[in-house]
Amino acid sequence: MGEAIVITSGKGGVGKTTTTANIGTSLALLGKKVCLIDTDIGLRNLDVIMGLENRIIYDLVDVAHNRCKLHQALIKDKRFECLYLLPAAQTKDKSAVKPEQMKKMVTELKQDYDYVIIDCPAGIEQGFKNAIAGADKSIVVTNPETSSVRDADRIIGLLEQEDIESPKLIINRLKAHMMENGDSLDVDEIVSILAVELLGIVTDDELVIRASNRGEPIALNPDTKASQAYRNIARRILGESVPLMSLEEDKGLLKKVKQFFGMRT
Amino acid sequence: MAQKQRQKKSNTHYVTIKGTKEGLILHLDDTCSFDQLLEELETKLIHPGTEDSSESPKITVKVKVGKRYLNKPQEEILRNIIYQKKNLIVDIIESDVITREEAEFMKKENEITSVSRMIRSGQILKVQGDLLLVGDVNPGGTVAATGNIFVMGTLKGNVHAGCEGRKSAVVTASVLNPTLVRIADQFINEEENEQVYSGECAYLDEEDNTIKFDRLHILHQIRPGLNRL
Repeated sequence: MGEAIVITSGKGGVGKTTTTANIGTSLALLGKKVCLIDTDIGLRNLDVIMGLENRIIYDLVDVAHNRCKLHQALIKDKRFECLYLLPAAQTKDKSAVKPEQMKKMVTELKQDYDYVIIDCPAGIEQGFKNAIAGADKSIVVTNPETSSVRDADRIIGLLEQEDIESPKLIINRLKAHMMENGDSLDVDEIVSILAVELLGIVTDDELVIRASNRGEPIALNPDTKASQAYRNIARRILGESVPLMSLEEDKGLLKKVKQFFGMRT
Repeated sequence: MAQKQRQKKSNTHYVTIKGTKEGLILHLDDTCSFDQLLEELETKLIHPGTEDSSESPKITVKVKVGKRYLNKPQEEILRNIIYQKKNLIVDIIESDVITREEAEFMKKENEITSVSRMIRSGQILKVQGDLLLVGDVNPGGTVAATGNIFVMGTLKGNVHAGCEGRKSAVVTASVLNPTLVRIADQFINEEENEQVYSGECAYLDEEDNTIKFDRLHILHQIRPGLNRL
């Protein structure tokens, strides 16, 4: 029996869907059987980023309302045998699915897959409640911005009230030079405010956007730092102890990050 | 039997008036019924030749009711009758007994509730009495107490001490860097003054009715009530 991980952030546009796609791809690269679920009903994106948009026949809402079997709605990734996607509906809204229905679907999927990765919509309303309904673990994505950290804090508070393992943190779109100049929050500061375990740091990279636009998650291209970061996150999810990557430009920070890591293990 | 009772009634006094240094004290016996008490007040307090009493200066009186519990309407009746008969204004009604409800309220008001968790954005923690928070208050989070608030961690969110009007309430934190501090009905926020946030405690200065920040060690001087040793 696998485990279900919800990827959430509260604030929109911090990179939940990109993170979902890349963690899913990285886990598949490591040979795990993975199913991605897009719960952003009405504003689905995960299929686009995975490049599977033109294969959608049935969706999550169809499954919830028993218009098709669960396996009929699943789309097999074109690159991997072991990676599947359950897309969201584009025509309905978040209230088309109830948390109990989500829970049932996730439980069913966990029988067949090692990892069920749930992409959560922005906000804390119905969509969020649906997304976390079946989850065992959670990952909170934040950017090094005050507003994003504030929302992540709110979300962590809500997740702590649920029957979900303590959330883990991914800091996305980190700009090393801005952090160096003190123009954005630094890693230590974010971690000290949110007080949750840091799962990984993904640096800001235009290549990520380019790859997403092409429907090929960046994790497939091993040469980029972002790809390496996602692969490391996947290995950490599997329980391996992988040190945090250096953020090159800044030696002081490198030391800090190393120190931080040393402190945690 | 009835005669005996009547006799007893005429002999014992349920109402006694005493003059002390602090002023008049009206002792009301606690062994008779409330109606008997009222009856005696009616008769006893009639003062011959008090027609001009409305012009005489108003005198306040303290009423001691011993071990009798009076509810609000009964207190009101007492106040009225004393005012009508003798033109005395009841300053305070003192009773030796309180209800269980009041006792529990008082107990809670004086208790310290300890909570060990983080107060994150959007979360509100409100307690009756004092609050001891072992954890941080993040920006956007709120802690409130009818009494004092002691935070063992970093206080970055909103805080409201003495939220039901207790002006003597104080706020302390290991790191005091709140977005908004409220004590009783006063508040102060980050923009008002950059200097104000130096220190580990916040209190309401009675003189100018503003919230002040200072080091912890001044607390025992300005709020000796915090010591319960």
